[in-house]
Amino acid sequence: MQMVEILKITLLIILIGCAIAVNLTPSLLQAVVIFMSYSSVMCILWILMESPDLAITEAAVGAGVSGILFLVTLKKIRREDSAEPGETEDDV
Amino acid sequence: MKKTFRRWLDGDIDLMENITRTAHEHDMDRDEIKKRKKAVSEIIRQREDSQSIILAEEKGFRIFYNIAAIISCVMLITVLLYCVANLPRFGQENVKATVVTQRYIEKGLEETGAVNIVSGMILDYRAFDTLGESHVLFTALVCVMVLLRKDWKNMNSKFEDYSSIRSDRYFQTEKDVILQTIGIVMVPCIFVFGTYVLLNGQNSPGGGFSGGAILGAAMIIFTAAFGFRKVDRFFTLKLSSYVTFVALSFYSFAKGYVFITGANGLDNHIPKGIPGAILSGGLILPLDIAVGLVVACTMYGFYSLFRRGSIGGG
Repeated sequence: MQMVEILKITLLIILIGCAIAVNLTPSLLQAVVIFMSYSSVMCILWILMESPDLAITEAAVGAGVSGILFLVTLKKIRREDSAEPGETEDDV
Repeated sequence: MKKTFRRWLDGDIDLMENITRTAHEHDMDRDEIKKRKKAVSEIIRQREDSQSIILAEEKGFRIFYNIAAIISCVMLITVLLYCVANLPRFGQENVKATVVTQRYIEKGLEETGAVNIVSGMILDYRAFDTLGESHVLFTALVCVMVLLRKDWKNMNSKFEDYSSIRSDRYFQTEKDVILQTIGIVMVPCIFVFGTYVLLNGQNSPGGGFSGGAILGAAMIIFTAAFGFRKVDRFFTLKLSSYVTFVALSFYSFAKGYVFITGANGLDNHIPKGIPGAILSGGLILPLDIAVGLVVACTMYGFYSLFRRGSIGGG
């Protein structure tokens, strides 16, 4: 087996692991981080499948902007829930 | 008196509440109060009984819900796997789709003037596809604005705690040393890279969507590091809406006719240029810039609306 094939299979296994882990993590913040890592792995896979423009978009949108939007929403939800606003504040 | 009036205006005190409460207490005798207490305890006991029934029902519903979820998941997985099994193998020739693909690969450079075949496809042969996509992005931004924008109407309403918004660090500059140092180094590089990807869409991988997303991400990093005030100086709601409007209407005027004439379109008389130069590919470069501007405005608009409910402080 070639090195690229082994790399592809490893990345696919990581991808499936990430997809399952997003559902099973109790913490929302960790779920968002795993989701962003899923996008990064997908980005490498796009490059291996020889579509670099999709890889660029995946890196910018999937791993960047959508993760940031999730984090901002999490911050807003937590501020309304907790009594002390400064406690769970995480800057994005 | 004046102070109380001011506080009443701000909504801190409710004058009517006191009046109604005292009136109720005077009206009732002691016996009646006892009766009412008894009635209340009776209601509470009945409610506890009914709650246990509700809990049992909920448990039954939960079991049913789990079984239904598993069944529907298995069915969906079966359908998808069946579809995937019927697809042609990855990288192999598909007889049904070869006609169009052959044409794109053989005559793409000649007909569109774009070295990057993907760009030639999505912005020349299939420009109406991209036209719809950019309008979808615009619609998404409008929807987010309708849902999340804070203007004078809902800013002063009772449902929104205005003081908590004011006390939050939304409108101040964040002083995060790590973020700011990285921002100073990285943001210009990301801006230049985004512009490169945007302008070189017809020659190298990338184009409108990727370049616009990178530009929007750069603006988001800049905002996160240096606060909204510095971005508000040059990027306001007015600028954002003008840029989006001009880009989308330019795209619509340039390619909207394909909905009437069909996918082949009309001949354009813009010179194709030398393949590989920046000014090549006819209409592809302006369309790329239009799409990129819309995407960048949408990305930053999402972030700004999510964080403080407005674009450019307006």
